Amino acid sequence: MTAASRRWAPWLFLAPFILLFVVFWLWPLVRSLVLSLHHTAGPQHQTFVGLGNYDFLLHDPLFWQAVWNTTRYTVLFVVLELAIALVLALALNHPRLRWRGALRFAFFSPHLVGGVFVALLFSLLLAQRFGLVNVMLDQVSGVLHALLPFIPATGNEINWGGRPALARIAVLLAGLWLSIGYAMLFLLAALQHVDRELYEAAQLDGAGRWQRFRQVTLPALLPTIGFLALMGTIGAFQLFELPYVLFHNGSGPDHATLTIIMYLYQQGFQTGDLGYAAAIGWAFTLMVLAVSLLQLRLFRDQERT
Amino acid sequence: MSRRPHVLQALVCAVAALWLLPFAWMVCASFKAPADFFSSTFLPWGDLGRLTFDNYRALLSNFPFFGWLLNSLFLASVQTVVVVLLSSLGGFALATYRFRGRGWMVALMLLTLMVPGQVLLPSTYELVNTFGWINSYLAILVPGAMSVFGILLFRATMSAVPPELLHAARIDGAGELRLWWDIALPSVRPTVGAFTLMSFTGTWNSFLWPQIVLQDESRYHLPIGMTSLVGLPEHDVPYGLLMAGTLLSILPVVALFALLHRDFHAGVLTGAVKG
Repeated sequence: MTAASRRWAPWLFLAPFILLFVVFWLWPLVRSLVLSLHHTAGPQHQTFVGLGNYDFLLHDPLFWQAVWNTTRYTVLFVVLELAIALVLALALNHPRLRWRGALRFAFFSPHLVGGVFVALLFSLLLAQRFGLVNVMLDQVSGVLHALLPFIPATGNEINWGGRPALARIAVLLAGLWLSIGYAMLFLLAALQHVDRELYEAAQLDGAGRWQRFRQVTLPALLPTIGFLALMGTIGAFQLFELPYVLFHNGSGPDHATLTIIMYLYQQGFQTGDLGYAAAIGWAFTLMVLAVSLLQLRLFRDQERT
Repeated sequence: MSRRPHVLQALVCAVAALWLLPFAWMVCASFKAPADFFSSTFLPWGDLGRLTFDNYRALLSNFPFFGWLLNSLFLASVQTVVVVLLSSLGGFALATYRFRGRGWMVALMLLTLMVPGQVLLPSTYELVNTFGWINSYLAILVPGAMSVFGILLFRATMSAVPPELLHAARIDGAGELRLWWDIALPSVRPTVGAFTLMSFTGTWNSFLWPQIVLQDESRYHLPIGMTSLVGLPEHDVPYGLLMAGTLLSILPVVALFALLHRDFHAGVLTGAVKG
């Protein structure tokens, strides 16, 4: 009896998962391929158009604008996120630093808040006249302007939603505040795993600070940096709620903060063309896969050399 | 030993204070009357009697905020319990039994992690619509009960449970389900804590899918409800009220993190750094 129950147990335990997987992953995956070959208006009305959606996609300027916006955000986000997180992690890793736990939590805390609420908070932080960011910029730039007249005073009426460049900076600021602490947590944990003897050996060989960083710290961190770069890229590519909530259910001035997923949402669930949305989804999937494979290769080569 | 790094300490503390400034600003704003937004950046120090609970009062009496809060608590708790149970059960099966198809099942799961979930949005919406689940929490809870990431996470940590332990329990007459509940689950406590935290915050902060399937205001959870207050001129919602609502919306997650942060560090960070 026990032998029989041991044969069936794993299948019984996996049964709920397998059922859900087939109904809510495998079937939607196949179905979204089929959907992407149809022109649809709402869930009821569908006509087969072959590759028409994909053809239209290739010539849709708004889609390419979304791709370009998302790509630019992703590159800036990942580079800045990792650079700032690395500096913070190195600072917090100093052996004689006090209050390390509290400081670590301070930097990490925005991550708990989540994108929607960070966007709500930033929509007021960036408000004209009373928003904290504008007030601080006004005061800091005022002092600088008094000392060095060639630095312009910003005033406190910067309209962050009014110009494309400013709108993109606003989204980037919110995204970085949200995630730098999270990346720093991983880098700090990796730093604490670096073999101390390596540093001592390097010091005996007469290596300076910078050389110890280049020869010991950086190589030891490389796997973690690679992991964070990949996760950061995939996460940033899926950007949606930060700009969506920040600019009140829209894509910002001149579609400056329109992202791929936002375009998918607009086409599928506001215009009601699920077929076109599915095609956007597949184009998005291919891009994510391509970027992931490229990055995995890049870091594998780096680790070998 | 090296001296205390006073300059570094001061610098790091200053940056940390700047980092937390938005939170401080939000707390102050939530107690301010609309007029005081323009006269004081943080608090009206000259006359602290001007601080008010009006924002909180209005949030609870003029808007269905309390209902959204209950909906959020319900969704996030039920979702977390279900997904933790199902993932740990599946992960236990993959970690402890040898059976045909185990290898390719794990390989298939790893493959699915490469596909971003958003590609499934249109077809899942269609599916949920035919089930009649639009505006129903089933549309969120049932698809969300499956987590490939969770199952792989539990498989990885539960493979470290010694087989002798399971064997001894079998000899004592324990059924297979008891092995999972009494032995495997308690021995991966940090994973349970870390995954609980991840699922809860994930559902608590979820936006895109709920935005698609929840259509009645009474069904909203906090992310959808709070964002529905923004940018509508006919509402003309006071700024302080928005900040009060945002503050109340993030407190439960912070509380849960305070409870589980040890598990989070043990369960997530060490695995990611070594692996």
